[in-house]
Amino acid sequence: MSHLQGLRCRECGHGTDLAAVHVCEHCFGPLEVAYDYEALAAAVSRERIAAGPASLWRYAPFLPVLAGPHPPARVDLGAGFTPLVPAPRLGAALGLDDLWLKNDTMNPSYSFKDRVVSVALSVARQLGFTTAACASTGNLANSVAAHAAAAGMDAYVFVPADLEEAKIVASGVYGPKVVAIKGTYDDVNRLCAEVAGEYGWAFVNVNVRPYYAEGSKTIGFEIAEQLGWRLPDHVVAPMASGAMLVKIDKAFSELVQTGLVAQQPWRISGAQASGCAPIAAAFKDGSGDVRPVRPDTVAKSLAIGNPADGYYALDAVRRTGGWMEDVADHEILAGMRLLASTEGVFAETAGGVTVACLQRAVQAGLVERGERTVAVISGNGLKTVEALAGELGPTYTITGRLDEFEQALASEE
Amino acid sequence: MSATVRIPTPLRSATQGASTVEVEGATVGEVLKNLDAAYPGIGERLLDDQGQIRRFVNIFVDEEDVRFASGLDTRVPEGATVSIIPAVAGG
Repeated sequence: MSHLQGLRCRECGHGTDLAAVHVCEHCFGPLEVAYDYEALAAAVSRERIAAGPASLWRYAPFLPVLAGPHPPARVDLGAGFTPLVPAPRLGAALGLDDLWLKNDTMNPSYSFKDRVVSVALSVARQLGFTTAACASTGNLANSVAAHAAAAGMDAYVFVPADLEEAKIVASGVYGPKVVAIKGTYDDVNRLCAEVAGEYGWAFVNVNVRPYYAEGSKTIGFEIAEQLGWRLPDHVVAPMASGAMLVKIDKAFSELVQTGLVAQQPWRISGAQASGCAPIAAAFKDGSGDVRPVRPDTVAKSLAIGNPADGYYALDAVRRTGGWMEDVADHEILAGMRLLASTEGVFAETAGGVTVACLQRAVQAGLVERGERTVAVISGNGLKTVEALAGELGPTYTITGRLDEFEQALASEE
Repeated sequence: MSATVRIPTPLRSATQGASTVEVEGATVGEVLKNLDAAYPGIGERLLDDQGQIRRFVNIFVDEEDVRFASGLDTRVPEGATVSIIPAVAGG
């Protein structure tokens, strides 16, 4: 497509052609898709977007859609265009008057990863790949397995062996090869970086990562469109590698640059679990030095000890005047319950991280009461029921007799 | 002291396509120096202007990320494998 200029290194700016490469051959920095924003601005309008599909593909001009010898068949299960809902009851509990939730639990495989995978595998097919693969903390594996199945591609998903049961089952059901690694996500990642060099597979977060990463921009596009083509004052996002946060920030910049929204300042803030908080630690100690850690947290989907986009997440949060927080496991579980019991949204552990970090930040005076704040809720709670299973049994267990029920109710007083 | 260095795909243009090479050196820093001597230009792609490992480069001695050890001063035992691995996005 005419809007695409190629790939460009985020570190040294060296350009390269659109292909299945993710690392700059000069400096080893990550490659990113480059667009011709003048052509893009001329091609997009609010009306055209509104007339598009109710999925992330309504923003296709902002995504890497390749032209090529293969038919442009999208790999599309309908990801994206998830609800943006006001959260007055959670807001009241936290002390915020204008809080919103971007509910990405409502995606085809129940997490925001469907956005990146839909984009990555559409490109992969265009580049002629027939096998999809990924290194995953669980959600990405679910999504790659689902999209590959629908696209008729073979799939290999690599995950840590100690994942939640639901994340293993919700990958396996689609029929991929599930490779469980006895180690952390960082061990999985290392293996996949090597496997990707040896096999001709499309590893969504390795060799097709530049395209994959672009999919997360659609969270930002949707937030703005759903607010009536206005940017929010503040977005809070969970951080694992940090890529999603970086891409939401990029999305807002692109909307301003193409004239779809008015320029206004926004802040972006990042949430991590204390058991794996290398980016938040670098933010708090002011060093800007993201030192790898060995993860130990209930929030397994965020357990990336060596976050590839950590530096860019730091840049985005500092530039926009945001904050980073991290919270302990018990706060994460309390955050999940607070979100569910106030707004009816059952998020996985990462959602608990986001809510609990927002709570911390409000208490620390880092968020204005009237600031229009959007919390990104990235995955569904049924994926991580183990986290809460120990503390959420039945309220009463009785036989089917009325008097027992009445007794149980009476015992409450 | 001789180590096996595993070369990632993006660097194989410098090693004439070789995926592993044998290099002398008792520390990671020495191994990288000797690697650059054998394959000129490879060093500047791994180390920044200050001679430190670039922030998107991960180096392992056998199973250990050298940033958990002593960085460029990490010892490389006889027969060890040194792996150079680009950072990978999340999942």
